[in-house]
Amino acid sequence: MREFEFTRATSLDGAAEQFASGGEAAFIAGGHTLLPAMKSRLRMPDRLIDITGIPGLDRIERDGDRLWIGATARHATVADDATVKSAIPSLAKLALLIGDPQVRNRGTLGGSITNNDPAADYPAACLALDATIETTGGRYQADDFFLGMFTTALADGEIVTRVGFRLPQAGAYAKFRHPASRYAMVAVYVARFVDGWRVAVTGAAPAVFRWTGAEAALAAGQPTDGLLLDPSELNSDIHASAEYRAHLCTVMLAKAVAELV
Amino acid sequence: MRIRINGDTHEVDVDVRTSLLDLLREHLGLTGSKKGCDHGQCGACTVLINGRRINSCLTLAVMHDDDEIVTIEGLGSPAALHPLQAAFVRHDGFQCGYCTPGQICSAVGMLDEVAKGWPSLVSEPGTDAVALTDEEIRERMSGNLCRCSAYPNIVDAIRDVAGAGA
Ligand SMILES: Cc1cc2nc3c(=O)[nH]c(=O)nc-3n(C[C@H](O)[C@H](O)[C@H](O)COP(=O)(O)OP(=O)(O)OC[C@H]3O[C@@H](n4cnc5c(N)ncnc54)[C@H](O)[C@@H]3O)c2cc1C
Ligand code: FES
Ligand code: FES
Repeated sequence: MREFEFTRATSLDGAAEQFASGGEAAFIAGGHTLLPAMKSRLRMPDRLIDITGIPGLDRIERDGDRLWIGATARHATVADDATVKSAIPSLAKLALLIGDPQVRNRGTLGGSITNNDPAADYPAACLALDATIETTGGRYQADDFFLGMFTTALADGEIVTRVGFRLPQAGAYAKFRHPASRYAMVAVYVARFVDGWRVAVTGAAPAVFRWTGAEAALAAGQPTDGLLLDPSELNSDIHASAEYRAHLCTVMLAKAVAELV
Repeated sequence: MRIRINGDTHEVDVDVRTSLLDLLREHLGLTGSKKGCDHGQCGACTVLINGRRINSCLTLAVMHDDDEIVTIEGLGSPAALHPLQAAFVRHDGFQCGYCTPGQICSAVGMLDEVAKGWPSLVSEPGTDAVALTDEEIRERMSGNLCRCSAYPNIVDAIRDVAGAGA
């Protein structure tokens, strides 16, 4: 790991100030993506700013048809939060499916969506639940936030403050976990709203995406077992071929639809 | 910096890059916590921070000057073993023993989570009291790998202490 300066922010303004004070800076929340990346020198910030001490940044609250979760809320907290469990049970379950207990005790929502790993879970929730991502620079709709592999619309120094998930009438998340890493080989989030269905897929392609074919089929009340994503657009690696992933997507879609709550 | 470990306050001068695990092992001689992967994947470095189990390899020592840290050394002593330590001995819950300190710290954190009613993928939604079945223990201990695959005896030891299958 390269040398860096470590500071703690106690306010968003303070964090922004520290970020702007020279050199290459990075925010740290749970550190479960950033520290491994720094150990392997994929990331070499000169300054690390801990944002987990900023008061209120982990708040969870329901406001009308949205459930707002603060950026520094840990996965374990979201999984067991009474407001989350009653407003969007499928989201609490998604949090419980991330990694293992030790990872869930540290990792945060903000870190997860900012990192936008192709197999991360929260980005699928954001897309399927039509989330609003609030930052120090403004607001994004999830559809405009996840731009590609490890890439988001965030500008340098912009901090995610909270995410507003739209309450669906019913939702479900079906994840086929890699047995060792516990990341998604593929996972499908299905959400039904008054005005239509949203289906998001993670783990299958270079980045999370909406499966519009599945959305249309569900809206039309048609069966989904004949749907198949084009393997040429999916990932092939040592864990699974693109054809296998395409098949798994269809299976996970059916599983999610069967589990809607 | 000042750091609280197993009830003692230590005054240490560390490079900011030092992980909590390296601080324990290299600076304080607390070598019970093990380094398996150094990437958050194996759980050999599990310690308790304010009662919560975490991987000490994926956090910086400087982030914990306000916290109460408990390591395997703080759970019991050779003369007075922690109930989980005693159960691991009784049930032969190890082979090489490398993963054991992490397994035991993790199990302590896990039983506390169960007592607080934290959910798992296995427990029925809506049920308040968690029945610690073998499947439940396995899911809740999924962050701790055992290269020797002593899993059956680890599960036995934990079940014994939890009192579920005694
Ligand atoms: C063994 C292991 C298994 C895992 N399994 C899964 C899994 O199954 N599913 C899954 O989804 N994830 C998994 N993860 C990843 C885990 O969820 C991470 O915690 C998460 O991806 C990053 O969150 P963090 O809080 O640790 O972020 P950090 O590592 O602290 O930060 C990650 C990045 O986000 C930036 N950042 C953090 N917070 C903010 C913010 N509020 N605003 C702007 N930028 C910010 C940082 O600067 C950094 O670039 C796993 C990780 C490990 C180590
Ligand atoms: S050494 Fe920390 S999880 Fe493996
Ligand atoms: S006893 Fe050898 S790794 Fe678990």
